Amino acid sequence: MTTLEIKQAVKRYPNGALAVKGVDVTVEDGELVVFVGPSGCGKSTLLRMVAGLESVTEGEIVLDGRLVNEVEPANRNIAMVFQNYALYPHMSVYKNLAYGLKNRGTPKAEIDAKVREAAKLLQIGDFLERKPSQLSGGQRQRVAMGRAIVRDPAIFLFDEPLSNLDAKLRNQMRLEIKRLQRRLGTAAIYVTHDQVEAMTLADRIVVLNNGEIEQIGTPAQVYGAPASTFVASFIGAPPMNLLKAQTGDGAIVIGESRIEAPVRANGPVTLGIRPERAHLANGSGGADGPPMKVDTVEELGAVRLIHGSVGGQHFTANQSADEPIPGDQVRLRLQADDLHLFDHGTGRRL
Amino acid sequence: MSQDQIAVTGKPVVPAAPSASATGAGAFVRRHQIVEHIVLLFGVLLMMGPIAVAFTTSTHDPVTIHSEGMQLGFGDNFLPTYEAVIFEQTGFTKQVTGWGMSLNSLILGLGFAIGKIIVSMLAAYAIVYFRFPLGTLCFWIIFSTLLLPLEVRILPSYEVVQGLGLLNSYTGLILPLIASATGTFFFRQFFKSVPNELLEAARIDGAGPFRFFWDILVPLSRTMIAAIFIIMFVVGWNQYLWPILMTTDESFYTVVRGIRQILQVWIGADIPDYNEALGLAIIAMIPPVLIVIIFQRMFIKGLVESEK
Ligand SMILES: Nc1ncnc2c1ncn2[C@@H]1O[C@H](COP(=O)(O)OP(=O)(O)O)[C@@H](O)[C@H]1O
Ligand SMILES: [Mg+2]
Repeated sequence: MTTLEIKQAVKRYPNGALAVKGVDVTVEDGELVVFVGPSGCGKSTLLRMVAGLESVTEGEIVLDGRLVNEVEPANRNIAMVFQNYALYPHMSVYKNLAYGLKNRGTPKAEIDAKVREAAKLLQIGDFLERKPSQLSGGQRQRVAMGRAIVRDPAIFLFDEPLSNLDAKLRNQMRLEIKRLQRRLGTAAIYVTHDQVEAMTLADRIVVLNNGEIEQIGTPAQVYGAPASTFVASFIGAPPMNLLKAQTGDGAIVIGESRIEAPVRANGPVTLGIRPERAHLANGSGGADGPPMKVDTVEELGAVRLIHGSVGGQHFTANQSADEPIPGDQVRLRLQADDLHLFDHGTGRRL
Repeated sequence: MSQDQIAVTGKPVVPAAPSASATGAGAFVRRHQIVEHIVLLFGVLLMMGPIAVAFTTSTHDPVTIHSEGMQLGFGDNFLPTYEAVIFEQTGFTKQVTGWGMSLNSLILGLGFAIGKIIVSMLAAYAIVYFRFPLGTLCFWIIFSTLLLPLEVRILPSYEVVQGLGLLNSYTGLILPLIASATGTFFFRQFFKSVPNELLEAARIDGAGPFRFFWDILVPLSRTMIAAIFIIMFVVGWNQYLWPILMTTDESFYTVVRGIRQILQVWIGADIPDYNEALGLAIIAMIPPVLIVIIFQRMFIKGLVESEK
């Protein structure tokens, strides 16, 4: 069953800014969908349209089979977690969780049961009488999630909920959000500009750029077969190498070298190669790929990054730390499966 | 909580102190403190001296004061003076006591402060959170009334109050003064600093405009409310010109007017009741001082606790 359908959604702000340009997304029951994209691409706007905090200029938001374009946020059966938590500073944790239920006219006993259950789930039971200012960032984050959980919504909406936490806590909370969402079995949309967060959390990723969808797919699809040069360079770290190349006669030509083309193409193309799939041939190993000039080596511990150029264009390759450090000149060993070809003009995948 | 922390971090410093240089530094600090305290004491003397002298003088009888001037020591007239000031009917028509005048001042001060807070909070709420035609213009019009203090518009104000038949009434005393550009401005600035996500979270939690105001904005504003209450209460309490114009009936006399009234002697040969005037002045000071002390506590507590 489908929890949420966004159909041809358009958002034009009163000042004329076109933030979302006709977007279609569906979220299935229990699915965690991540909107990812650079800052200003319209992720928050789209999420806030689902929440009802922004009006819908054109298109439809259908939640649980009901058109909700004109429905107040409180009556949409959604719950939202904000980046800065937006906890009520003067209310205790308990009251923060209970406030929404109280406004709905839920009986006191039921509120109490729900708040305590959520508090137990999030391990904030000991802080119920504290004010938000007496909590750490991670604890506040949990309270914000607790406030969403007690509403028992059809869908959770997260807007960059972890970006105020330090890196270590972020990784921990990320995992926790995923576990919690699985356990509750509630659909969720999670907005982030961090591709690692997107990859690790998502059942499906929606890559947004400039108010439009670049690609929708599972993390494996988005990583393995990026639909455009934008997705290719946005997903994966370090980003995919993108080289200008020529094609013809079933081969790709970069500088002096020819590689067998994975798809039929003619004329100029953009060739994408992930750093972790660009193997360096050590000395004698009969590699026939293009030569790479090495200029910098970065040690990251388990792996090392080799920066240099191929055919005069910047190129980065990954190498496991137990391989020998290459000299100034190496040859690449590439496999046809690892080559991504994009249209030279539009950047779309060929 | 923060005091505990200071105590905890402070502890190790004490046993570490007894080295020679540390005691030297301690002496230096102590000398510094002595100088600071002398400066502070001088300030206190400057401010409190006149009040203390007014108080001691008020315990003498008027003849002593008239012939010998202000008194530094206590006299033996304390009880009779203050009893007279508080309970004796004074004024031209002998209708009002010091107690009654204090009540009037209290009503004026509270009405003034509470009215101004309510009106300016509501005005600021409308300006900040509701989009209505010419909203910004409305704000600037309100703001520009700062250029027209009471003294400038006192004649038209009198005209209006008189036209409404509100002369010699508490309503007439308070109502025309409760619009406040200053208060509106302060609350507007404060509301603008409240993060928008709080409004959005409240909307998702099903709080309408009234609930958001009452459940979220008002509690968040308590320090602002306390600050404005202090200022406005004192301003209201000390009103002089306005009550003189709006009320002729002596039962509406305020303390500030009463002080002057005592010194106004009708028969030339009489010695004015200096002691009673001073006593009334002392009494007139007590409520504003209490208000400042009480609300200052809340004010500081609010500042320390709330974190937006
Ligand atoms: N209230 C607003 N008024 C006008 N333009 C806005 C408003 N909010 C966002 N925008 C614009 O819409 C675009 C998308 O914003 P947003 O959805 O916040 O991006 P993201 O969350 O992906 O960083 C941006 O170009 C931003 O400047
Ligand atoms: Mg955003």
